[in-house]
Amino acid sequence: MLYAETVDAEILVHKPRFIAGAFCVVFLILLMFNLPASGLGELMRPVIGEPSESGWFGRVAVSGVLALLFCANLVVIAFLPMRAQVLAVWLELLVLLLIFFETFDLSLPFILEKLPFLITQGLLTTVYISAISIMIATVIAVFGAVAKLSGNGFVFAIASFYTSFFRGLPLLMQVYLIYLGLPQLGIIVDAVPAGIIALSLCYGAYMTEIFRAGIQSIDRGQWEGARSIGFGFGLTMRRIILPQALPVIIPPTGNQFISMLKDSSLVSVIGVWELMFLARTLGQKTFQHMEMLIAVALLYWMLSIILEFIQSRIERHYARSKIR
Amino acid sequence: MSNTSIIEAKSVSKWYGSFQALTNINLTVSKGERIVVCGPSGSGKSTLIRCFNRLEAHQGGDIIVNGVRLHPKMRNVAEVRTRVGMVFQHFNLFPHMTVLMNCMVGPMWIKGETPAAAKKIAMEYLDRVRIPEQADKYPIQLSGGQQQRVAIARSLCMQPDVMLFDEPTSALDPEMVSEVLDTMTGLAKDGMTMVCVTHEMGFARAVADRIIFMDAGQIVEEGKAENFFENPKHERTKLFLSQILNH
Repeated sequence: MLYAETVDAEILVHKPRFIAGAFCVVFLILLMFNLPASGLGELMRPVIGEPSESGWFGRVAVSGVLALLFCANLVVIAFLPMRAQVLAVWLELLVLLLIFFETFDLSLPFILEKLPFLITQGLLTTVYISAISIMIATVIAVFGAVAKLSGNGFVFAIASFYTSFFRGLPLLMQVYLIYLGLPQLGIIVDAVPAGIIALSLCYGAYMTEIFRAGIQSIDRGQWEGARSIGFGFGLTMRRIILPQALPVIIPPTGNQFISMLKDSSLVSVIGVWELMFLARTLGQKTFQHMEMLIAVALLYWMLSIILEFIQSRIERHYARSKIR
Repeated sequence: MSNTSIIEAKSVSKWYGSFQALTNINLTVSKGERIVVCGPSGSGKSTLIRCFNRLEAHQGGDIIVNGVRLHPKMRNVAEVRTRVGMVFQHFNLFPHMTVLMNCMVGPMWIKGETPAAAKKIAMEYLDRVRIPEQADKYPIQLSGGQQQRVAIARSLCMQPDVMLFDEPTSALDPEMVSEVLDTMTGLAKDGMTMVCVTHEMGFARAVADRIIFMDAGQIVEEGKAENFFENPKHERTKLFLSQILNH
Protein backbone atom coordinates (compact mmCIF):
# COMPACT_ATOMS: atom_id res chain seq x y z
CA MET A 1 0.00 0.00 0.00
CA LEU A 2 1.16 3.48 -0.75
CA TYR A 3 0.05 6.42 1.36
CA ALA A 4 -3.57 5.74 2.31
CA GLU A 5 -5.80 8.81 2.12
CA THR A 6 -7.75 9.40 5.32
CA VAL A 7 -10.93 10.32 3.46
CA ASP A 8 -12.86 7.63 1.59
CA ALA A 9 -12.71 8.03 -2.17
CA GLU A 10 -15.92 8.24 -4.19
CA ILE A 11 -16.77 4.91 -5.73
CA LEU A 12 -16.36 5.53 -9.43
CA VAL A 13 -18.35 2.53 -10.63
CA HIS A 14 -21.40 3.65 -8.65
CA LYS A 15 -21.71 6.78 -10.76
CA PRO A 16 -24.40 6.33 -13.42
CA ARG A 17 -22.44 8.24 -16.02
CA PHE A 18 -19.38 6.04 -15.56
CA ILE A 19 -21.42 2.85 -15.73
CA ALA A 20 -23.23 4.09 -18.82
CA GLY A 21 -19.90 4.90 -20.44
CA ALA A 22 -18.45 1.51 -19.52
CA PHE A 23 -21.53 -0.21 -20.91
CA CYS A 24 -21.23 1.60 -24.24
CA VAL A 25 -17.53 0.83 -24.64
CA VAL A 26 -17.87 -2.85 -23.76
CA PHE A 27 -20.99 -3.19 -25.90
CA LEU A 28 -19.28 -1.69 -28.95
CA ILE A 29 -16.20 -3.88 -28.51
CA LEU A 30 -18.32 -7.05 -28.17
CA LEU A 31 -20.33 -6.06 -31.22
CA MET A 32 -17.23 -6.47 -33.36
CA PHE A 33 -17.17 -10.21 -32.72
CA ASN A 34 -19.59 -12.70 -34.19
CA LEU A 35 -20.84 -13.76 -30.77
CA PRO A 36 -24.03 -15.62 -31.80
CA ALA A 37 -21.75 -18.20 -33.46
CA SER A 38 -20.18 -19.05 -30.10
CA GLY A 39 -21.73 -21.04 -27.28
CA LEU A 40 -23.40 -17.86 -26.07
CA GLY A 41 -25.66 -17.75 -29.11
CA GLU A 42 -26.75 -21.29 -28.30
CA LEU A 43 -27.65 -20.21 -24.75
CA MET A 44 -29.81 -17.38 -26.08
CA ARG A 45 -31.63 -19.45 -28.70
CA PRO A 46 -35.04 -18.80 -27.05
CA VAL A 47 -34.59 -15.06 -27.63
CA ILE A 48 -32.76 -14.82 -30.94
CA GLY A 49 -33.92 -18.03 -32.61
CA GLU A 50 -31.49 -19.96 -34.81
CA PRO A 51 -28.13 -18.28 -33.94
CA SER A 52 -26.61 -18.57 -37.41
CA GLU A 53 -29.58 -16.78 -38.95
CA SER A 54 -30.06 -14.13 -36.26
CA GLY A 55 -27.81 -11.59 -38.04
CA TRP A 56 -27.37 -8.14 -36.45
CA PHE A 57 -30.30 -8.64 -34.12
CA GLY A 58 -28.50 -11.62 -32.58
CA ARG A 59 -25.22 -9.74 -32.27
CA VAL A 60 -26.85 -6.77 -30.55
CA ALA A 61 -28.80 -9.00 -28.19
CA VAL A 62 -25.86 -11.18 -27.13
CA SER A 63 -23.46 -8.22 -26.78
CA GLY A 64 -26.06 -6.25 -24.84
CA VAL A 65 -26.63 -9.06 -22.34
CA LEU A 66 -22.88 -9.59 -21.89
CA ALA A 67 -22.16 -5.88 -21.42
CA LEU A 68 -25.01 -5.68 -18.91
CA LEU A 69 -23.60 -8.63 -16.94
CA PHE A 70 -20.17 -7.00 -17.00
CA CYS A 71 -21.48 -3.72 -15.60
CA ALA A 72 -23.61 -5.43 -12.95
CA ASN A 73 -20.50 -7.34 -11.90
CA LEU A 74 -18.57 -4.06 -11.53
CA VAL A 75 -21.28 -2.49 -9.41
CA VAL A 76 -21.64 -5.51 -7.13
CA ILE A 77 -17.90 -6.02 -6.60
CA ALA A 78 -17.49 -2.37 -5.62
CA PHE A 79 -19.65 -3.06 -2.54
CA LEU A 80 -17.29 -5.77 -1.25
CA PRO A 81 -14.39 -5.20 1.12
CA MET A 82 -10.92 -5.18 -0.41
CA ARG A 83 -9.95 -8.81 0.29
CA ALA A 84 -13.22 -10.15 -1.10
CA GLN A 85 -12.80 -7.93 -4.18
CA VAL A 86 -9.38 -9.39 -4.84
CA LEU A 87 -10.67 -12.93 -4.41
CA ALA A 88 -13.72 -12.35 -6.64
CA VAL A 89 -11.75 -10.75 -9.47
CA TRP A 90 -9.08 -13.47 -9.33
CA LEU A 91 -11.73 -16.16 -9.54
CA GLU A 92 -13.50 -14.48 -12.45
CA LEU A 93 -10.28 -14.08 -14.40
CA LEU A 94 -9.40 -17.71 -13.71
CA VAL A 95 -12.77 -18.85 -15.00
CA LEU A 96 -12.28 -16.78 -18.16
CA LEU A 97 -8.86 -18.35 -18.63
CA LEU A 98 -10.31 -21.83 -18.22
CA ILE A 99 -13.02 -21.02 -20.76
CA PHE A 100 -10.26 -19.93 -23.13
CA PHE A 101 -8.44 -23.24 -22.59
CA GLU A 102 -11.72 -25.11 -22.98
CA THR A 103 -12.07 -23.78 -26.51
CA PHE A 104 -9.07 -25.93 -27.52
CA ASP A 105 -11.16 -29.01 -26.80
CA LEU A 106 -8.37 -30.56 -24.74
CA SER A 107 -8.15 -34.24 -23.92
CA LEU A 108 -7.98 -34.37 -20.14
CA PRO A 109 -7.15 -38.08 -19.93
CA PHE A 110 -4.09 -37.47 -22.11
CA ILE A 111 -2.90 -34.69 -19.77
CA LEU A 112 -3.47 -36.83 -16.69
CA GLU A 113 -1.60 -39.69 -18.28
CA LYS A 114 1.46 -37.56 -19.01
CA LEU A 115 1.34 -35.42 -15.85
CA PRO A 116 3.37 -37.73 -13.58
CA PHE A 117 6.20 -37.83 -16.12
CA LEU A 118 5.98 -34.05 -16.65
CA ILE A 119 6.47 -33.58 -12.92
CA THR A 120 9.09 -36.22 -12.11
CA GLN A 121 11.20 -35.49 -15.19
CA GLY A 122 10.41 -32.00 -16.45
CA LEU A 123 9.46 -30.05 -13.36
CA LEU A 124 12.28 -31.55 -11.28
CA THR A 125 14.87 -30.80 -13.94
CA THR A 126 13.61 -27.25 -14.33
CA VAL A 127 13.62 -26.64 -10.60
CA TYR A 128 17.03 -28.10 -10.03
CA ILE A 129 18.65 -26.31 -12.97
CA SER A 130 17.15 -23.00 -11.81
CA ALA A 131 18.00 -23.55 -8.14
CA ILE A 132 21.64 -24.39 -8.78
CA SER A 133 21.98 -21.56 -11.29
CA ILE A 134 20.47 -18.97 -8.98
CA MET A 135 22.83 -20.00 -6.19
CA ILE A 136 25.88 -19.72 -8.42
CA ALA A 137 24.55 -16.44 -9.83
CA THR A 138 24.17 -15.02 -6.32
CA VAL A 139 27.78 -15.85 -5.47
CA ILE A 140 28.93 -14.32 -8.76
CA ALA A 141 26.82 -11.25 -8.03
CA VAL A 142 28.38 -10.59 -4.60
CA PHE A 143 31.90 -10.74 -6.01
CA GLY A 144 30.90 -8.91 -9.18
CA ALA A 145 29.32 -6.08 -7.21
CA VAL A 146 32.34 -5.66 -4.96
CA ALA A 147 34.59 -5.75 -8.03
CA LYS A 148 32.52 -3.13 -9.83
CA LEU A 149 32.83 -0.86 -6.78
CA SER A 150 36.55 -1.51 -6.48
CA GLY A 151 39.20 1.09 -7.07
CA ASN A 152 41.42 -1.57 -8.63
CA GLY A 153 41.41 -1.06 -12.40
CA PHE A 154 42.20 -4.69 -13.19
CA VAL A 155 39.34 -6.03 -11.09
CA PHE A 156 36.91 -3.38 -12.29
CA ALA A 157 37.80 -4.07 -15.94
CA ILE A 158 37.13 -7.80 -15.58
CA ALA A 159 33.82 -7.22 -13.80
CA SER A 160 32.56 -4.57 -16.21
CA PHE A 161 33.64 -6.64 -19.25
CA TYR A 162 31.78 -9.60 -17.79
CA THR A 163 28.53 -7.73 -17.11
CA SER A 164 28.69 -5.95 -20.44
CA PHE A 165 29.21 -9.16 -22.41
CA PHE A 166 26.68 -11.36 -20.67
CA ARG A 167 24.00 -8.70 -20.50
CA GLY A 168 24.67 -7.83 -24.11
CA LEU A 169 24.07 -11.24 -25.70
CA PRO A 170 20.75 -13.05 -25.95
CA LEU A 171 20.60 -15.85 -23.39
CA LEU A 172 19.71 -18.32 -26.14
CA MET A 173 22.96 -17.45 -27.89
CA GLN A 174 24.95 -17.89 -24.68
CA VAL A 175 23.46 -21.36 -24.27
CA TYR A 176 24.61 -22.28 -27.79
CA LEU A 177 28.02 -20.64 -27.35
CA ILE A 178 28.77 -22.58 -24.19
CA TYR A 179 27.37 -25.92 -25.33
CA LEU A 180 28.80 -25.82 -28.84
CA GLY A 181 31.74 -23.46 -28.27
CA LEU A 182 33.47 -24.98 -25.25
CA PRO A 183 34.23 -28.28 -27.04
CA GLN A 184 36.36 -26.19 -29.44
CA LEU A 185 38.65 -25.58 -26.48
CA GLY A 186 38.69 -29.27 -25.69
CA ILE A 187 36.22 -28.89 -22.83
CA ILE A 188 33.24 -31.12 -23.44
CA VAL A 189 30.30 -30.39 -21.20
CA ASP A 190 27.00 -32.22 -20.97
CA ALA A 191 23.82 -30.39 -21.79
CA VAL A 192 22.71 -29.89 -18.18
CA PRO A 193 26.01 -28.44 -16.90
CA ALA A 194 26.23 -26.29 -20.03
CA GLY A 195 22.75 -24.94 -19.36
CA ILE A 196 23.60 -24.25 -15.72
CA ILE A 197 26.79 -22.43 -16.71
CA ALA A 198 24.94 -20.27 -19.23
CA LEU A 199 22.10 -19.38 -16.86
CA SER A 200 24.49 -18.68 -13.95
CA LEU A 201 26.73 -16.42 -15.99
CA CYS A 202 23.86 -14.49 -17.56
CA TYR A 203 21.90 -13.99 -14.35
CA GLY A 204 25.10 -13.36 -12.39
CA ALA A 205 25.67 -10.38 -14.67
CA TYR A 206 22.21 -8.92 -14.08
CA MET A 207 22.35 -9.62 -10.36
CA THR A 208 25.79 -8.01 -10.12
CA GLU A 209 24.09 -4.75 -10.99
CA ILE A 210 21.31 -5.36 -8.45
CA PHE A 211 23.83 -6.08 -5.69
CA ARG A 212 25.95 -3.10 -6.67
CA ALA A 213 22.96 -0.78 -6.41
CA GLY A 214 21.99 -2.32 -3.07
CA ILE A 215 25.46 -1.87 -1.63
CA GLN A 216 25.61 1.71 -2.88
CA SER A 217 22.27 2.52 -1.29
CA ILE A 218 23.73 2.12 2.21
CA ASP A 219 24.61 5.41 3.85
CA ARG A 220 28.27 6.41 3.83
CA GLY A 221 28.04 6.93 7.58
CA GLN A 222 27.81 3.17 8.07
CA TRP A 223 31.22 2.76 6.44
CA GLU A 224 32.62 5.56 8.56
CA GLY A 225 31.12 4.18 11.75
CA ALA A 226 32.56 0.74 11.06
CA ARG A 227 35.95 2.02 9.93
CA SER A 228 36.25 4.30 12.97
CA ILE A 229 36.03 1.24 15.25
CA GLY A 230 38.80 -0.38 13.23
CA PHE A 231 36.79 -2.70 10.97
CA GLY A 232 38.55 -3.70 7.75
CA PHE A 233 36.90 -3.80 4.34
CA GLY A 234 35.82 -7.44 4.41
CA LEU A 235 34.36 -7.29 7.89
CA THR A 236 32.49 -4.07 7.15
CA MET A 237 31.10 -5.53 3.94
CA ARG A 238 30.02 -8.86 5.43
CA ARG A 239 28.70 -7.73 8.78
CA ILE A 240 27.55 -4.14 8.28
CA ILE A 241 26.85 -3.32 4.64
CA LEU A 242 25.50 -6.55 3.08
CA PRO A 243 23.00 -7.31 5.88
CA GLN A 244 21.55 -3.83 5.43
CA ALA A 245 21.62 -4.03 1.64
CA LEU A 246 19.62 -7.29 1.64
CA PRO A 247 16.17 -5.69 2.05
CA VAL A 248 16.99 -3.50 -0.96
CA ILE A 249 18.35 -6.42 -2.95
CA ILE A 250 15.65 -9.00 -2.24
CA PRO A 251 12.67 -7.66 -4.25
CA PRO A 252 14.55 -7.36 -7.57
CA THR A 253 16.37 -10.63 -6.85
CA GLY A 254 13.03 -12.38 -6.36
CA ASN A 255 12.11 -11.03 -9.75
CA GLN A 256 15.26 -12.59 -11.17
CA PHE A 257 14.44 -15.94 -9.56
CA ILE A 258 11.07 -16.01 -11.26
CA SER A 259 12.53 -14.84 -14.53
CA MET A 260 15.27 -17.48 -14.32
CA LEU A 261 12.71 -20.21 -13.73
CA LYS A 262 11.15 -19.44 -17.08
CA ASP A 263 14.36 -18.67 -18.94
CA SER A 264 15.59 -22.13 -17.98
CA SER A 265 13.26 -23.23 -20.79
CA LEU A 266 15.93 -22.00 -23.21
CA VAL A 267 18.17 -24.92 -22.34
CA SER A 268 15.59 -27.16 -24.01
CA VAL A 269 17.26 -26.24 -27.30
CA ILE A 270 20.31 -28.31 -26.34
CA GLY A 271 18.17 -31.30 -25.51
CA VAL A 272 17.76 -31.11 -21.75
CA TRP A 273 14.58 -32.88 -20.74
CA GLU A 274 13.09 -30.04 -18.73
CA LEU A 275 9.50 -28.78 -18.83
CA MET A 276 9.64 -26.88 -22.10
CA PHE A 277 11.39 -29.71 -23.91
CA LEU A 278 8.75 -32.20 -22.78
CA ALA A 279 5.97 -29.76 -23.64
CA ARG A 280 7.18 -29.66 -27.24
CA THR A 281 7.92 -33.36 -27.61
CA LEU A 282 5.39 -35.37 -25.61
CA GLY A 283 2.36 -34.32 -27.65
CA GLN A 284 4.05 -34.68 -31.02
CA LYS A 285 3.26 -38.32 -31.69
CA THR A 286 -0.48 -37.87 -31.35
CA PHE A 287 -0.62 -34.21 -32.45
CA GLN A 288 -1.81 -33.20 -29.00
CA HIS A 289 0.45 -30.14 -28.79
CA MET A 290 -1.96 -27.83 -27.00
CA GLU A 291 -2.56 -30.31 -24.19
CA MET A 292 1.07 -30.41 -23.23
CA LEU A 293 1.73 -26.71 -23.80
CA ILE A 294 -1.14 -25.66 -21.58
CA ALA A 295 -0.35 -28.21 -18.87
CA VAL A 296 3.26 -27.04 -18.77
CA ALA A 297 2.19 -23.38 -18.83
CA LEU A 298 0.16 -24.01 -15.70
CA LEU A 299 3.07 -25.82 -14.05
CA TYR A 300 5.37 -22.86 -14.72
CA TRP A 301 2.74 -20.53 -13.36
CA MET A 302 2.32 -22.54 -10.17
CA LEU A 303 6.07 -22.56 -9.57
CA SER A 304 6.15 -18.79 -10.02
CA ILE A 305 3.31 -18.36 -7.57
CA ILE A 306 5.24 -20.37 -4.98
CA LEU A 307 8.29 -18.16 -5.53
CA GLU A 308 6.17 -14.99 -5.30
CA PHE A 309 4.80 -16.25 -2.02
CA ILE A 310 8.25 -16.99 -0.60
CA GLN A 311 9.46 -13.57 -1.73
CA SER A 312 6.61 -11.76 -0.01
CA ARG A 313 7.30 -13.68 3.19
CA ILE A 314 10.97 -12.68 3.13
CA GLU A 315 10.07 -9.06 2.42
CA ARG A 316 7.67 -9.02 5.33
CA HIS A 317 10.39 -10.45 7.55
CA TYR A 318 12.75 -7.60 6.70
CA ALA A 319 10.04 -4.96 6.94
CA ARG A 320 9.53 -5.90 10.59
CA SER A 321 12.88 -4.49 11.70
CA LYS A 322 11.82 -1.07 10.41
CA ILE A 323 8.76 -0.85 12.63
CA ARG A 324 9.25 1.31 15.68
CA MET B 1 56.06 17.07 25.84
CA SER B 2 56.02 14.69 22.90
CA ASN B 3 55.88 11.59 25.08
CA THR B 4 52.52 12.71 26.50
CA SER B 5 51.06 14.04 23.26
CA ILE B 6 48.42 11.80 21.71
CA ILE B 7 47.75 13.73 18.53
CA GLU B 8 50.27 15.98 16.85
CA ALA B 9 49.36 17.94 13.73
CA LYS B 10 52.24 19.76 12.04
CA SER B 11 51.46 22.27 9.30
CA VAL B 12 48.62 20.10 7.99
CA SER B 13 47.00 21.06 4.71
CA LYS B 14 44.19 19.45 2.78
CA TRP B 15 42.60 20.08 -0.58
CA TYR B 16 39.34 18.96 -2.16
CA GLY B 17 40.36 19.30 -5.80
CA SER B 18 41.48 22.90 -6.09
CA PHE B 19 39.64 23.99 -2.93
CA GLN B 20 41.89 24.21 0.08
CA ALA B 21 39.96 22.91 3.09
CA LEU B 22 42.77 23.08 5.65
CA THR B 23 45.74 25.43 5.61
CA ASN B 24 48.84 24.95 7.73
CA ILE B 25 47.18 23.58 10.86
CA ASN B 26 49.42 23.10 13.92
CA LEU B 27 47.85 21.46 16.95
CA THR B 28 49.06 19.20 19.72
CA VAL B 29 46.66 17.27 21.91
CA SER B 30 48.26 16.10 25.15
CA LYS B 31 47.11 13.22 27.27
CA GLY B 32 44.15 14.19 29.42
CA GLU B 33 43.55 17.41 27.55
CA ARG B 34 40.04 18.55 26.58
CA ILE B 35 39.94 20.62 23.42
CA VAL B 36 36.93 22.26 21.84
CA VAL B 37 37.10 23.24 18.18
CA CYS B 38 34.58 25.84 17.07
CA GLY B 39 34.02 28.11 14.11
CA PRO B 40 31.49 28.95 11.40
CA SER B 41 30.18 26.19 9.15
CA GLY B 42 32.54 25.26 6.35
CA SER B 43 35.55 26.36 8.34
CA GLY B 44 37.16 22.89 8.29
CA LYS B 45 36.56 21.81 11.91
CA SER B 46 35.00 18.46 11.03
CA THR B 47 37.49 17.89 8.25
CA LEU B 48 40.33 18.42 10.71
CA ILE B 49 39.18 15.89 13.30
CA ARG B 50 38.23 13.42 10.58
CA CYS B 51 41.86 13.61 9.50
CA PHE B 52 42.92 12.57 13.01
CA ASN B 53 41.69 9.01 12.48
CA ARG B 54 42.21 9.21 8.74
CA LEU B 55 38.60 9.05 7.69
CA GLU B 56 39.92 11.85 5.49
CA ALA B 57 43.36 12.07 3.94
CA HIS B 58 45.54 15.17 4.36
CA GLN B 59 47.98 16.13 1.64
CA GLY B 60 50.48 18.44 3.33
CA GLY B 61 52.24 18.25 6.69
CA ASP B 62 52.23 15.46 9.25
CA ILE B 63 49.70 13.98 11.64
CA ILE B 64 51.09 11.69 14.32
CA VAL B 65 48.65 9.74 16.45
CA ASN B 66 50.00 7.71 19.36
CA GLY B 67 53.42 7.91 17.75
CA VAL B 68 52.21 6.59 14.40
CA ARG B 69 52.51 8.87 11.40
CA LEU B 70 49.37 8.83 9.20
CA HIS B 71 50.17 8.54 5.51
CA PRO B 72 48.64 6.93 2.41
CA LYS B 73 50.83 3.82 2.48
CA MET B 74 50.39 2.96 6.15
CA ARG B 75 49.36 -0.63 6.84
CA ASN B 76 48.18 -0.23 10.42
CA VAL B 77 45.43 2.36 10.03
CA ALA B 78 42.87 0.02 11.64
CA GLU B 79 45.15 -0.30 14.65
CA VAL B 80 45.32 3.48 14.99
CA ARG B 81 41.54 3.76 14.67
CA THR B 82 40.91 1.29 17.47
CA ARG B 83 42.86 3.65 19.76
CA VAL B 84 40.86 6.69 18.62
CA GLY B 85 37.14 6.80 19.40
CA MET B 86 34.88 8.78 17.12
CA VAL B 87 31.34 10.05 17.70
CA PHE B 88 29.45 11.34 14.68
CA GLN B 89 26.78 13.97 14.21
CA HIS B 90 24.36 11.34 12.87
CA PHE B 91 25.40 8.60 15.33
CA ASN B 92 26.09 6.05 12.56
CA LEU B 93 24.89 3.20 14.75
CA PHE B 94 24.34 -0.13 13.01
CA PRO B 95 20.53 -0.27 12.63
CA HIS B 96 20.36 -4.04 12.10
CA MET B 97 21.91 -4.82 15.48
CA THR B 98 20.64 -4.32 18.99
CA VAL B 99 22.20 -1.66 21.16
CA LEU B 100 24.13 -4.35 23.00
CA MET B 101 25.45 -5.87 19.76
CA ASN B 102 26.45 -2.40 18.52
CA CYS B 103 28.70 -2.18 21.55
CA MET B 104 29.90 -5.80 21.46
CA VAL B 105 31.05 -6.05 17.84
CA GLY B 106 34.20 -3.97 18.32
CA PRO B 107 35.58 -5.94 21.28
CA MET B 108 34.50 -9.24 19.69
CA TRP B 109 35.55 -8.85 16.08
CA ILE B 110 38.53 -6.51 16.45
CA LYS B 111 40.00 -7.39 19.82
CA GLY B 112 38.99 -11.06 19.72
CA GLU B 113 37.12 -11.03 23.03
CA THR B 114 34.75 -13.89 23.78
CA PRO B 115 31.05 -12.99 23.51
CA ALA B 116 30.75 -13.21 27.29
CA ALA B 117 33.67 -10.86 27.87
CA ALA B 118 32.46 -8.49 25.15
CA LYS B 119 29.03 -8.41 26.72
CA LYS B 120 30.54 -7.55 30.06
CA ILE B 121 32.51 -4.67 28.54
CA ALA B 122 29.45 -3.46 26.61
CA MET B 123 27.20 -3.49 29.67
CA GLU B 124 29.84 -1.67 31.69
CA TYR B 125 29.88 1.23 29.23
CA LEU B 126 26.14 1.23 28.62
CA ASP B 127 25.88 1.58 32.38
CA ARG B 128 28.27 4.48 32.22
CA VAL B 129 26.14 6.34 29.64
CA ARG B 130 23.15 5.41 31.82
CA ILE B 131 21.07 3.33 29.41
CA PRO B 132 21.74 -0.30 30.34
CA GLU B 133 17.98 -0.96 30.27
CA GLN B 134 17.88 -0.24 26.51
CA ALA B 135 20.47 -2.91 25.67
CA ASP B 136 18.11 -5.24 23.83
CA LYS B 137 16.35 -2.59 21.75
CA TYR B 138 17.22 -1.57 18.21
CA PRO B 139 18.67 1.90 17.61
CA ILE B 140 15.55 3.09 15.79
CA GLN B 141 13.51 2.49 18.94
CA LEU B 142 15.57 5.01 20.91
CA SER B 143 15.44 8.81 21.03
CA GLY B 144 18.20 10.78 19.35
CA GLY B 145 19.88 11.55 22.67
CA GLN B 146 19.83 7.90 23.67
CA GLN B 147 21.22 6.87 20.28
CA GLN B 148 24.08 9.31 20.63
CA ARG B 149 24.86 7.96 24.10
CA VAL B 150 24.92 4.44 22.65
CA ALA B 151 27.33 5.72 20.00
CA ILE B 152 29.56 7.10 22.75
CA ALA B 153 29.39 3.77 24.60
CA ARG B 154 30.23 1.91 21.38
CA SER B 155 33.41 3.98 21.01
CA LEU B 156 34.31 3.61 24.68
CA CYS B 157 34.07 -0.19 24.42
CA MET B 158 37.26 -0.10 22.39
CA GLN B 159 38.93 1.64 25.37
CA PRO B 160 40.43 4.38 23.21
CA ASP B 161 43.17 6.80 24.24
CA VAL B 162 41.35 9.78 22.78
CA MET B 163 37.77 10.54 21.82
CA LEU B 164 36.86 12.68 18.81
CA PHE B 165 33.39 14.26 18.81
CA ASP B 166 32.10 15.61 15.49
CA GLU B 167 29.20 17.93 16.37
CA PRO B 168 27.60 15.27 18.59
CA THR B 169 24.57 17.39 19.53
CA SER B 170 23.84 19.16 16.22
CA ALA B 171 21.28 16.61 15.02
CA LEU B 172 19.43 16.41 18.34
CA ASP B 173 16.20 17.98 19.54
CA PRO B 174 16.96 20.74 22.06
CA GLU B 175 15.71 18.83 25.10
CA MET B 176 18.09 15.95 24.36
CA VAL B 177 21.24 18.00 24.06
CA SER B 178 21.91 18.14 27.79
CA GLU B 179 21.84 14.37 28.36
CA VAL B 180 24.58 13.95 25.76
CA LEU B 181 26.60 16.90 27.08
CA ASP B 182 26.29 15.52 30.63
CA THR B 183 27.70 12.21 29.42
CA MET B 184 30.58 14.03 27.76
CA THR B 185 31.23 16.13 30.85
CA GLY B 186 31.34 12.93 32.90
CA LEU B 187 33.94 11.51 30.51
CA ALA B 188 36.01 14.67 30.80
CA LYS B 189 35.94 14.46 34.59
CA ASP B 190 37.26 10.90 34.39
CA GLY B 191 40.29 12.20 32.56
CA MET B 192 39.46 11.13 28.98
CA THR B 193 41.41 12.98 26.31
CA MET B 194 38.84 14.67 24.08
CA VAL B 195 38.67 16.75 20.93
CA CYS B 196 35.14 18.12 20.40
CA VAL B 197 33.79 20.00 17.45
CA THR B 198 30.73 21.70 18.87
CA HIS B 199 28.68 24.87 18.96
CA GLU B 200 27.74 24.32 22.61
CA MET B 201 29.59 27.24 24.14
CA GLY B 202 28.35 26.50 27.65
CA PHE B 203 29.92 23.06 27.42
CA ALA B 204 33.10 24.58 26.02
CA ARG B 205 33.34 27.09 28.84
CA ALA B 206 32.76 24.43 31.51
CA VAL B 207 34.89 21.59 30.19
CA ALA B 208 37.49 22.76 27.68
CA ASP B 209 41.11 23.25 28.65
CA ARG B 210 41.68 24.94 25.33
CA ILE B 211 39.45 26.36 22.65
CA ILE B 212 40.46 26.44 19.01
CA PHE B 213 38.65 28.85 16.72
CA MET B 214 38.83 28.06 13.02
CA ASP B 215 37.78 30.00 9.96
CA ALA B 216 38.36 29.27 6.28
CA GLY B 217 40.50 26.22 7.00
CA GLN B 218 42.87 27.97 9.37
CA ILE B 219 43.25 28.21 13.12
CA VAL B 220 42.49 31.86 13.78
CA GLU B 221 42.77 31.88 17.53
CA GLU B 222 43.38 29.45 20.34
CA GLY B 223 43.51 29.90 24.05
CA LYS B 224 42.23 28.96 27.47
CA ALA B 225 38.45 28.97 27.75
CA GLU B 226 38.17 32.03 30.00
CA ASN B 227 40.52 34.12 27.82
CA PHE B 228 38.75 33.02 24.69
CA PHE B 229 35.33 34.15 25.84
CA GLU B 230 36.32 37.24 27.85
CA ASN B 231 39.11 38.68 25.69
CA PRO B 232 38.96 37.36 22.15
CA LYS B 233 41.93 38.87 20.34
CA HIS B 234 40.88 38.48 16.74
CA GLU B 235 38.13 40.46 15.01
CA ARG B 236 36.77 37.32 13.35
CA THR B 237 36.48 35.62 16.74
CA LYS B 238 34.63 38.60 18.22
CA LEU B 239 32.16 38.59 15.36
CA PHE B 240 31.58 34.83 15.69
CA LEU B 241 31.09 35.01 19.45
CA SER B 242 28.70 37.94 19.15
CA GLN B 243 26.63 36.02 16.62
CA ILE B 244 26.53 32.80 18.58
CA LEU B 245 26.08 34.21 22.09
CA ASN B 246 23.79 37.23 21.62
CA HIS B 247 20.54 35.99 20.22
